[in-house]
Amino acid sequence: MDWFTSHLDDVWRLLVVHAYLAGLPLLLGLLVALPLGWLARRFSWAYPPLIIGTGLLYTLPSLAVFILLPGILHTRILDPVNVLVAMTVYTVALLVRTVADGLGAIPEDVRLAANAMGYRPVRRLLGVELPLAVPVISAGLRVAAVSNVSIVSVAAIIGVEQLGSLFTDGFNRAFFPPIVTGILACGVLALLFDVVIVVLTRLMTPWTRARAAS
Amino acid sequence: MIRFESVTKEYPDGTVAVDALSLTAPTGKITVLVGPSGCGKTTSLRMINRMIEPTGGRILIDDRDTSSIDSAELRRGIGYVIQHAGLFPHRTILANIATVPLLLGWDRAKATSRALELMDRVGLPQSFAKRYPSQLSGGQQQRVGVARALAADPPVMLMDEPFSAVDPIVREQLQDEFLRLQGEIGKTIVFVTHDIDEAIKLGDQVAVLRVGGRLAQLAAPEELLSQPVDDFVADFVGRDRGYRTLGFRTASFPTSTEPTVRLGATVEELRAVSNDRWVLVLDDNDHPVGWVEPDRVDGSVSRDALHRGGTVASTDGPLRQALDAALSAPSGRGVIVGPDGVFVGTVRARDLIAPIEASAASERAAADAARTEPGGSGEPGDLVVTEPKAR
Ligand SMILES: Nc1ncnc2c1ncn2[C@@H]1O[C@H](COP(=O)(O)OP(=O)(O)O)[C@@H](O)[C@H]1O
Ligand SMILES: [Mg+2]
Repeated sequence: MDWFTSHLDDVWRLLVVHAYLAGLPLLLGLLVALPLGWLARRFSWAYPPLIIGTGLLYTLPSLAVFILLPGILHTRILDPVNVLVAMTVYTVALLVRTVADGLGAIPEDVRLAANAMGYRPVRRLLGVELPLAVPVISAGLRVAAVSNVSIVSVAAIIGVEQLGSLFTDGFNRAFFPPIVTGILACGVLALLFDVVIVVLTRLMTPWTRARAAS
Repeated sequence: MIRFESVTKEYPDGTVAVDALSLTAPTGKITVLVGPSGCGKTTSLRMINRMIEPTGGRILIDDRDTSSIDSAELRRGIGYVIQHAGLFPHRTILANIATVPLLLGWDRAKATSRALELMDRVGLPQSFAKRYPSQLSGGQQQRVGVARALAADPPVMLMDEPFSAVDPIVREQLQDEFLRLQGEIGKTIVFVTHDIDEAIKLGDQVAVLRVGGRLAQLAAPEELLSQPVDDFVADFVGRDRGYRTLGFRTASFPTSTEPTVRLGATVEELRAVSNDRWVLVLDDNDHPVGWVEPDRVDGSVSRDALHRGGTVASTDGPLRQALDAALSAPSGRGVIVGPDGVFVGTVRARDLIAPIEASAASERAAADAARTEPGGSGEPGDLVVTEPKAR
């Protein structure tokens, strides 16, 4: 506890960086996954390669990715861009399937009705299909958020500072307080992401709570 | 007017769902496509708004080939109602109804006021405006579906088994309201159902399709009942055909005077007007309310004491109604009212037989004339209903 109170500033700074490194890729990954998921749903031939391909991305060992990316992107090894790109890739890996499934779960008669009323594809996607897929996509996003918070900490091994640095620091010194603090802070951050996603989802889906109330 | 010209649909797997279908759905009328499951009704309907493209022939709406019109534009001008309503679950009732006006670029205020007006039209309380579809019953959702299809006031409406997923009582109610609404708006409607009774009740003309998407008969409902062209149609139309045609025939028939009392009459008054076992009771507006047995009246005639089994027929209604009134009355005397609901007199079943026979004879004579005359209504595909159906 003494260690924690005397290092409050450090922990706070690492937490903010961690939130940035895990959170921004969540948004970027969602933006990339939306069109890919739509493609997978729209063209049946595209579904297997996209789902399997992006799924495989998730199996890439994160440490290897952090080490290899600077070579591919021509960035410095400590550049946070490496982490942002890697985390975006992991988010995409998790979300393409979610988006495709979310779009696929829309009732057939709703899709038919939209067509029959004269929706063109883009407007139908934005006005009907995506809003209806929000609950499914949101569930996937919650998983990705937790996964990102956890994977980002690995980047401490290559020296990119965030909450994971508390683990390497504690490990090097065989000193537990920073490790415990790091674990707790990661938990708090994951919980925070979760709450934000749940609240946003609730705001976007009032209809899911409207039940027979006549 | 919607015209099918030798329209064929063969699906990629080789299924011929519709085979050289030619028929005309006249402007302002209800054309019903009816037939067993899988006979190509839905396919035919969806070819009209190009949700399915024909593989042969063409479809014209008011003499314009639909294939020359942009499909989204075409659909915005055609109302479409499907079986389970297909409402957008994430939109309020109001927003659901306003869908097509908004797609057409109306401003929000105009679309909203139009949607509210339509809720009224289809009998939905305005308090439903902010609800979501899941908060409505099946029948209510179906009304929203109809309102949504009508929102941009399209001249043409396509309806695919819109009432078949609701329970029979609600279905009957929706059908009656649909007919009343159509009486006000006069759309060109193509209505699909597998239920022959619904087809007969709603159609100005009925097209019976057989499996393989071939037209078996196109006729006005009464003609379908009285002159099915072959065994398939006869079987499909079903039993009681002769009796059911009475539902379309009107004829004048004699009525007898009937002693009546008003609600609240005493036993003494009942005895004074008649010594029959049953006496007819009217309300203050001279509308019949039921029969009463003087022997069982205690003091004065209250609504509770009335026998309500008898149906009431109108002088301008079909013969079937009058016969039903006679057969259902506990006294054996059918209660007949004028078009305004005011009591006119009673009729016995035996007094209806002669008018019924006369009307059947004239129907047969008309049919014989049509058969000998070339290009008459014996020719499927050419029928255009000219006489509005009495409702
Ligand atoms: N997309 C499709 N591909 C192949 N066959 C189809 C397709 N849609 C419908 N069919 C077939 O076409 C026939 C007519 O179908 P449909 O128009 O839905 O009939 P109905 O509405 O009268 O029940 C059926 O045999 C059905 O199996
Ligand atoms: Mg069908």
